[in-house]
Order: sequence, then C-alpha cells, then structure tokens
Amino acid sequence: MIMFKGLISIFLAGILTENFLLSKFLGICSFLGVSKKLNTSVGMSAAVILVMLISTAVTWPIYMYILMPLGFDYLETVVFIIIIAALVQLIELLLRKFMPPLYNSLGIYLPLITTNCAILGITTLVIDNTLDPMTNYGFAESMTSAFGSGIGFLVAMVLFSGVRQKMETCDIPKFLQGLPITLIAASLLAVSFFGFQGLVDGMLG
Amino acid sequence: MRKGYGKELTKGILKENPVFRLVLGTCPTLAVSTSAMSALGMGAAATIVLICSNLAISACRKIIPDKVRIPAYITIIAGFVSVVQLLVKAFVPEIDKALGIYLPLIVVNCIILGRAEAFANKNPIIPSMLDGLGMGIGFTAALLAMGIIRELLGAGTVFNLPVTINFMDPIIIFILAPGGFFVYGILVAIVNKMTKGKKAELGCGGCGGCPMSSACSKISKGESGSDDNV
Repeated sequence: MIMFKGLISIFLAGILTENFLLSKFLGICSFLGVSKKLNTSVGMSAAVILVMLISTAVTWPIYMYILMPLGFDYLETVVFIIIIAALVQLIELLLRKFMPPLYNSLGIYLPLITTNCAILGITTLVIDNTLDPMTNYGFAESMTSAFGSGIGFLVAMVLFSGVRQKMETCDIPKFLQGLPITLIAASLLAVSFFGFQGLVDGMLG
Repeated sequence: MRKGYGKELTKGILKENPVFRLVLGTCPTLAVSTSAMSALGMGAAATIVLICSNLAISACRKIIPDKVRIPAYITIIAGFVSVVQLLVKAFVPEIDKALGIYLPLIVVNCIILGRAEAFANKNPIIPSMLDGLGMGIGFTAALLAMGIIRELLGAGTVFNLPVTINFMDPIIIFILAPGGFFVYGILVAIVNKMTKGKKAELGCGGCGGCPMSSACSKISKGESGSDDNV
C-alpha cells in the first residue's frame, strides 16, 4: 500500500508540480513548434509518451545491470543517446510494418523525437533519482515517473494549443507577434501550474 | 588570416544569434538562466562542445556517409559532452550542481547539431571552428543577458553580489519557471523591434539550420496551412 501511494505521488508530481514543459523546460522546441493545433499536439505527445516509456524501460536495466557493475557509468550520455536514436528508428520501422494506421498518425513526429531533450532528460533523471538515496527509485518508480512525465507533457501541450487557438483572433502589437507573445502566454500558463504546488504532498501526505 | 574568417566569427554574435534570431536551444536558455553564474557556466560548456564537435565533424566530413550522418554527429557530440561533463564535475563542482541534468542535455541542444548540419559538414576545419566559437559566444551572451536580468529582478543580486537586495524585496517569480518564459519573450520582442521587418521564426519550423526542420515543416503542412507564418 505504501509503495502504491509512492507511485501515485510520483505520477501526479510528473503531471502537475514537476511538469516537464512548464517547470523543467524539457522539450520546449516541440512545445513551441507543434502546439498550434490540437491534433498535432496530441499526436506529438502520444509519440513522446510512447518513446519515453520504451526508452526508460530499455536504458534503466542497461545502466543498472551493465554499465554500473562494469564501471562504465561515465558513458551514460553516449550510450543513452545512441540507444534512443536506435529505438526511435526501430519503433518507426515496426509501426510502419505492423500498425500502418498508428504510423500514419504518429510517424511524422518520430524523427523529431530523437533530439527532443524530454526523452534524454527522463532517462537521465530516473537514473539520478535511482542513485539518490533520498528518492531511491526502483524500476517501477522509474517507469511511473516516465509515464507521469509523458502525461504531463500531453496536458501542457493540449492546454497550450487551446490558448494559441484563442490567440489567433487577438489583435497583438506588431513587435510582439509570433514568438514573443507565445512565450508570454506560456509564462502565464506556467504561473497557473504553480497553483498545484503542495497539492500532491497535501493529498497523500 | 584570410578575409572572411572574421565574418564567420562575428555573424553568430548578433546577426545570426542562435537564441534570439534562430530560436535554437530554447530548453537550456530557459532552464539555466536563473542566475548569471550558471548561465555563464552553461554558455562556456556549450561553447567548448561546439568548437570541438565542429572541428571533429569538419575533419570527418568526407568520411561519414551521408545516410548515417545524423547518428554519427550525435555520437561525436555525445563524446565531447561526456568529456566536458567529467571536467566540470572534477574542477567546478558548484557549476555541475547548478546545471544538473542540463549539462548532459547539451547533446540534444539543437544549436550544436544545427551548426554541424548547416556549417561544419560543408566547410573546412578553420572556418568551422571559428563558426563554433562565434555561435558559442552568441549563445553565451544571450544566456548571460537573460541570467543577469532574471537574477537582478528575482534575487536582487548579480553574480551573487548584492545590488538591489538591500533596499527592496526581489520579485521571486523571475527566477522561477514563468519568469524564464516572460523574460525570453520580452527579449525576443526587443530584438524584433530593433531589427524591424525581419521576424524571428518560431520553433524548429523556421530554422533552416536545424536538421529536424524538414520533419517539422511536414507537420506544419499537415495543419490546415492557414497560419504557416506564426
């Protein structure tokens, strides 16, 4: 029961208080680039969730059972990025062969994901949390953290695409048009996420 | 020195500033500009990686097959990032602590991959290194500008030296996440105003230097196409 509680709090923290986009600034390129429409936001987020889960499931055991015991932990960054790049290619091939409908909706986002910092970010972060005696994640916690962060990514993308669709009909001063007003809107969205501060601890504490 | 070398060096600082003009590398820009010191550390680390990876990629540009060039670049960049990471951990542990996971994430910083793709794989070694140095200085300058503004407003200090902290309360939100978006937005607006007419393009959709731009533009074409130029 205690473990279950821990998992829920990790999951909720990933969505609300430690949102990848709005408080950790990971994956901002795609946040600004493809959040113009609701369907592209959802597609991109779904691809991110898929790759986050699969790459965490692969990199965590590799780090804990191969790199660490052999003393190669300084190769973490190199090994992880190569694994992620290979995985993304593999997922793309498999989807194209076996699930064409899913490939048609997610396929175009996959090439963007290799260099998305959210993916390398989550794999590095769960390793840091595993080695940290304060948090001491296991495999289950790491996967929950990856899933929660992915859902958090989705929530922020969907909310922001709504904001941007409203913004299209607004009369914006010329020098603020485009990127500046988008960033300022993101700033206000990030402020609203501060409202969740303490919620997770308060609910389960 | 031949003529033209100077241009490779200076273009990155203002005209093609990676942060404000090309809108590359937004994640580290927002994340580590909470204080001037960590902004400077990030800028220096990224500059070293940029110069070394441009050098290596330019030297190998005739050997690397075109089809696997992106994975090859990523591997080269990751190697240099690991070296820098170990050096920073050993000699300036406080910077390592301030940068956290953003130090290994230099690997996926689009500035570095973008310069490899747009410049280093087409040009000889010396211009590539100068290009890396110039882009690095531009990145560091932009980070430092954001770091100083955010630290001054959000903590009342600059480089940990007290400035306004003694006579007014700092506006803490500026060193938190929303302040990062806000300051970045305002600075881009100011740069837009100064270079009027030429709008900075948004995200990876507009940056020709980004190796992902083709995939990005495919997505924006998929959107109904009414607002290509956001």
